[in-house]
Amino acid sequence: MRVVQKLLLGLAAPVLALLIAGALASILLAATGADVGAFWETLLKWPEPRNRVNIINSAAILYLSGVAAAVGFRMNLFNIGVEGQYRIGAFVAAVVAGQAFLPGALNTVFAILMAMVAGALWAGIAAVLRVTRGVSEVIATIMLNSIAGLLVGYLIKKVGVRTGNSISTKEIPESSWVSGIPAVPDAGGAEIYGLALLAVVVGIAYYVVITYTRFGFDVRATGASESAAVASGVNVKKMIIISMLISGAIAGLIGMPVLFGQAHNYGSSFQVGIGFSGIAVALLGRNNPAGIAAGALIFAFLSEQGNRLNILVGISPEIVSVTQGIIVLAVVIAYTLVRRYRRRLEQAAVASQLAPPTAGTDGKDGGPGQDPGDGPGNGPDAGPGDGPDLAKSPREEPVK
Amino acid sequence: MSVPVIEADQSGPNTSASTRGTPLRWMLIVAGVFALVSLVRILTGADDLTSAGALRAAIQAAVPITLAGLGGLWSERAGVVNIGLEGMMIMGALGGAYFTVEHGVVAGILGSILFGALTGTVHAVTTVIFGVDQIVSGVAINIISAGLAAFLAQAWFTGLEGGGPTQSPSLPRPPAITIGPLNDALNELSAKGWFVISDLASLLAALTRNLSLLTILAFVLVGVSGWILWRTAFGLRLRSVGESPSAAESLGVNVYFYKFFAVVMSGIFAGLGGVYLVLVSGPGYQNGLTGGLGYIGLAAMIFGNWRPGGLLIGAGLFGYTTAIRLRGGTIELHALLLVIAVVLIILALWQIYRGSVRRGLITGGIGVVFGVWFATTESVPAEFTGMAPYLATLFVLAFAAQKLRMPAADGQVYRKGSAG
Repeated sequence: MRVVQKLLLGLAAPVLALLIAGALASILLAATGADVGAFWETLLKWPEPRNRVNIINSAAILYLSGVAAAVGFRMNLFNIGVEGQYRIGAFVAAVVAGQAFLPGALNTVFAILMAMVAGALWAGIAAVLRVTRGVSEVIATIMLNSIAGLLVGYLIKKVGVRTGNSISTKEIPESSWVSGIPAVPDAGGAEIYGLALLAVVVGIAYYVVITYTRFGFDVRATGASESAAVASGVNVKKMIIISMLISGAIAGLIGMPVLFGQAHNYGSSFQVGIGFSGIAVALLGRNNPAGIAAGALIFAFLSEQGNRLNILVGISPEIVSVTQGIIVLAVVIAYTLVRRYRRRLEQAAVASQLAPPTAGTDGKDGGPGQDPGDGPGNGPDAGPGDGPDLAKSPREEPVK
Repeated sequence: MSVPVIEADQSGPNTSASTRGTPLRWMLIVAGVFALVSLVRILTGADDLTSAGALRAAIQAAVPITLAGLGGLWSERAGVVNIGLEGMMIMGALGGAYFTVEHGVVAGILGSILFGALTGTVHAVTTVIFGVDQIVSGVAINIISAGLAAFLAQAWFTGLEGGGPTQSPSLPRPPAITIGPLNDALNELSAKGWFVISDLASLLAALTRNLSLLTILAFVLVGVSGWILWRTAFGLRLRSVGESPSAAESLGVNVYFYKFFAVVMSGIFAGLGGVYLVLVSGPGYQNGLTGGLGYIGLAAMIFGNWRPGGLLIGAGLFGYTTAIRLRGGTIELHALLLVIAVVLIILALWQIYRGSVRRGLITGGIGVVFGVWFATTESVPAEFTGMAPYLATLFVLAFAAQKLRMPAADGQVYRKGSAG
């Protein structure tokens, strides 16, 4: 019974958020004089096989991005830099694979590993700055995103090949391409990226590591209460570095399905903004492996269906990103409210069990959350986990 | 909860003392760097380093950064991190363009204030009222704003003459001041190429020709913000909310009100930054025209140690490098390396003189690297100049963190009644 209740409570927030976002989008459309009915009809129409393939493909990519962000979130680390790590990783893999140091599939594997290493190192800069200099990883990764974009732009000019007006890295030899999976019938040649399977692998690994390993336990413990984790012997600095490296390594994978399945080189046509969508998807899915998958599917579905809006009913597809943003905001507000409500219930329950007749009214929130590793000399540290109010019940997944 | 209170008490006198000492020292430093740039100009023949055109472009590039930074300053001084500046800027740009098209420039500026304030209100409602994590809210606002601006642009500008689904028609300019005769004289003087004098003349020439009222407004707003935040009781309360909300509340300050107000103001400033882009920097609204300026504004504010004067210096530096890059001067970009090298080496000597040898050696080492870079190359890729604001901010955060002091409760969610 409790499980059912918990499940319903957990589902209530996202469903409510979807409804609110839908309502706001309808109001916006009506206000600008668009045909709201046609909008919903187009958006919710069961997709054609071809579109279904596209949805699965972009969901896989979004999922990788979402897990990359979620690994950080679990630790109360804000890796806003998934975008930059993704670009660096994709670029490095494209260059390495293009050089073809190794034959065939080995080349592919090697390039993918290099993408992970590159993404991890890029994220590692922020982690080292956080650990050694107390620089907020939020600010550091924002700066690193911009630097990554410019750096890749510069390096492409150095090592790239010019074809007409566009410039891109050397094409990957055909023997290293990863062929698609024709899983959807009647898709007119559209295939699911072979490396979309990376999303499955990463998802399972994420679930196993977070749930069953000592490391995963430490991550969750640190995310739930850094001071408690320190007290129980967790080396938080080490944890920050490791989880940031993992997050960056996964971010490095984001570009792989497209790189080896479709583009075969890195150029200016590579999609931007996936890193930020990944953050949104992770928030939507509450950093839960299955939740992120659901979020990624919803986002991919909306984007794919939105592409047809302009042609069919003359509505700007941008309405979809507005809706996606509102979904995130609404869902996060809902989670925050639910969390606070639950905590109040728990506090009331504990208070009524513990307190003799003279029950006090204090102890509203946990302790001041001042952790020893975070003295004033550490400088700016906008780490999300420092606030007294963020002290969460360890039983709960951190909702960020 | 007692720790933050003590901290706030200590920071009071410190803050005011440093305010008294800082302006003169900073002016001397700025003047010194100016003289250095002048010297480098003469040595390297990079005339565009301090030409009136370059300086005018630099001022124009610095203003939106300044306004975004001011937005960040207001919000963070009240303890709310605002990653959403970028989105607020886009919305301000869109609102500004729309109202300018419909009712003229004044309405446009008011429209950008309205749109900025509305976007700021969203951030205020989520972070202050609902207590959602501030970074999350900011990221969501950026996603929503980019989409919403593009959506509304298509709805509003399609079919207008000169407009299209992704851009507005070209817009009228706000009034600008030109002092003709003085400007001519100054231009003549700057053409002489004299040390410092000609450079000063260029600067004045840049300020006496086609100086937009919006530019003046931006600089006035920096001063006004500084005055309100540091010289009035209102500002003291607002900052106290960012330093120690529980202490503020226990003294009867309405924490929610001040935070809310500050975040809405933040949106207004960012919105004004957006309208500057459409009315002064460029011909009109275009999708994606902010291109990360909101983040650069945030960087400028951090670079400036969460203070108006510092943020002005940061915005000036970032605007200047942007302007030099956009003007495409290869000699000038290259000459800047020498400027950076000399500044860093002087800073290193100062640090060693003050006793922090290790830090001095690091700074000096970086300075030497820049010097070698200058000596061994002929030009700097434009991308590297584009990175300058971000790298500078990272370096300041990494190596001058002890000197920086952000508001103590910045980024923390505060719930009413936590003061117990």
